[in-house]
Amino acid sequence: MNWESWIVSGFLATLGLTTVAVGSQGLHLTRMNVPYLLGTIMTPKRERAHLYGFLAHLVNGWAFSFFYIYIFEVRHIANWWFGLLIGVAHTLVVLTVVMALLPTVHPRMATERKGPTARRQLEPPGFMALNYGYRTPLSIFVAHMVFGAILGSLYHLR
Amino acid sequence: MLTDLMPVQDTTQSLMVPDHEIVRQLTCKSGEVEFETELVPRTHYGESKPQVWNRGKLGIRFDNDHGVYWLRSSMPTRLQDGSVFGTTTLKAGESIAFSLSYTENAPAVLPPLDEVPQRIETCIKWWQSWSAQARYEGEFRDEVLRSALALKLMIFAPSGAIIAAPTTSLPERIGGDLNWDYRYCWLRDASLTIRALIELGFWAEATGFLDWMLHATRLSQPELRILYTVYGNPAPKERESKVLRGYRESRPVRIGNAARDQLQLDVYGEVIDAAAQYAFHGGNLDREMQKALIGFGNYVAEHWNLPDEGIWEPRTGRRDHTHSRLLCWTALDRLVSLSEQGKIGRVPIEKYKKQAEAICRQIQDRAWNDKIQSYVSDLDGDQVDSSLLLLSWFGFEKADSVKMRSTYRRLRERLSTKDGLLYRSEQLPPEGTFAICSFWEAEYLALGGGSTQQTRDLIGTLTKYRNDVGLYGEEIDGETGQALGNFPQAFTHVGYIGAALSLEQREKGEQQLAHRAESATSEGPNPKQAA
Repeated sequence: MNWESWIVSGFLATLGLTTVAVGSQGLHLTRMNVPYLLGTIMTPKRERAHLYGFLAHLVNGWAFSFFYIYIFEVRHIANWWFGLLIGVAHTLVVLTVVMALLPTVHPRMATERKGPTARRQLEPPGFMALNYGYRTPLSIFVAHMVFGAILGSLYHLR
Repeated sequence: MLTDLMPVQDTTQSLMVPDHEIVRQLTCKSGEVEFETELVPRTHYGESKPQVWNRGKLGIRFDNDHGVYWLRSSMPTRLQDGSVFGTTTLKAGESIAFSLSYTENAPAVLPPLDEVPQRIETCIKWWQSWSAQARYEGEFRDEVLRSALALKLMIFAPSGAIIAAPTTSLPERIGGDLNWDYRYCWLRDASLTIRALIELGFWAEATGFLDWMLHATRLSQPELRILYTVYGNPAPKERESKVLRGYRESRPVRIGNAARDQLQLDVYGEVIDAAAQYAFHGGNLDREMQKALIGFGNYVAEHWNLPDEGIWEPRTGRRDHTHSRLLCWTALDRLVSLSEQGKIGRVPIEKYKKQAEAICRQIQDRAWNDKIQSYVSDLDGDQVDSSLLLLSWFGFEKADSVKMRSTYRRLRERLSTKDGLLYRSEQLPPEGTFAICSFWEAEYLALGGGSTQQTRDLIGTLTKYRNDVGLYGEEIDGETGQALGNFPQAFTHVGYIGAALSLEQREKGEQQLAHRAESATSEGPNPKQAA
């Protein structure tokens, strides 16, 4: 494992993912506001949620890049298309598993079964996060493919 | 009892709140009542039918281009052909609640409906606390407070912008085509609005409005546009709806406003006078604001002699309007006063004084018509309009001068109805009387053009034309007394507040209209309110 390369490539890949995510919302491809979604796990206050969520997103990106790099090292392949391929697999897990589990894991997210409560008031993402806009899966795919491609092209195998 | 509200955010609690929300509560006070509800959503001014989904306990949702609407209700509803229907029976003491929210962010916030009663209570307390700040104690206190509340409701809180009215195309003539989109912010309203806010003690709103003006005009400075959106962008181009039939068949329904492309030189004077009032009352003009004001002054000094579309925004071409000249004079006069009072630096005083004197001479020579013994609407003209009453308001001519008294008589003769309401102009197509013009008349009387009793009587008469909840439209039908034009109209309520304030000041022997240096006070904003 090339730790130095992981830190640099993981950071740049996370920046790339964040840019695509924020850009997708700005271009109205999705309504999903990832920092707000993550930040409200920690606080219900809007401004703080954005800040905490942004920081959490950076840390998450770094953490997840570790798994990508682990696969690069195990397969001994690190290039943009392999990273992109892992990004596609990652997205499928996010859209089908993570989004389905989110209302259970997120302390402020409502469920379709119970509806909103005093504590749980946030709209759940629904199947493939389609509640957040019908092009949301596309933007999540692109963001993670960019993430994987940057990691793959910048990471140097040991 | 039906209660509708846009809930005020309770900043003392950490509750999440939707970006935009309308809450409705229906309570049965006695007996039993069957109640039906229906939501037939349409977007793009009725041109599109959105897809509607029932999301069970989360509520009913439908999307537009960039955002999502959520309807939640405590009564059972059913979805049919893209519309929502519900029927229920309420018994004494029972209530049902609705929440319709909109957001362009995900995840949306879906507040639980069982919190609606507390949210209504919080909202009422907030408004009571806000209106308790009003300093006016005169005999029209209830009416003035209602007007202040109407004005506050037309402030877009995130930016501080004040819209002219929240509606488009309510007709100025039933069945006619005088239908305009007023959902924008006109710089013209600045001076009278700032005066109303400051003298009532609402410094936070006045400061917010001034800041918004500076922000909104930044891209075009030193030139000013006529109107802006609440976000400070140019108003959209005007178009006519293809599907909306209009109020009582008054077509067309317009979206956007073509006045955005007009030249109206009076707006410079309005903005500068607003800043002068703010400063003369003790507000601070920061360096950026000072630079902007001098830029506006330089523009006026070079362009005041141009014909323009003027205050009434006719679509018939440019003329040499007396009102526009008056405000150009006001712009330069106020900048000189601000400089002499040390409120603003680097003003080219001699240049401004010279140009102000030239404008003054032109108004006296060419806007006064000896034959009809009156100031007139256009230079060298022979017709009058109600904006001439503002010659006194802006300090050009004393209200009790021979010329102003004579002008006032001519206005009454040519523009007044038998009930004392005023039309705005002789030149415009038939429409209702223009409500703020009647308040300008009341204020002219309060400033010395008449007695306090005359002022009181006129305000009393005008008060009768409010609707059941104390609101005015832009115009009043001269025959039936019904409201015409967009509704409620901020400018009309500003007029009410102004007339009542000037009357109270005269009765107490206080200085009126602190927008010229000699009327200056130094009280300044209450730091708590301005924060």
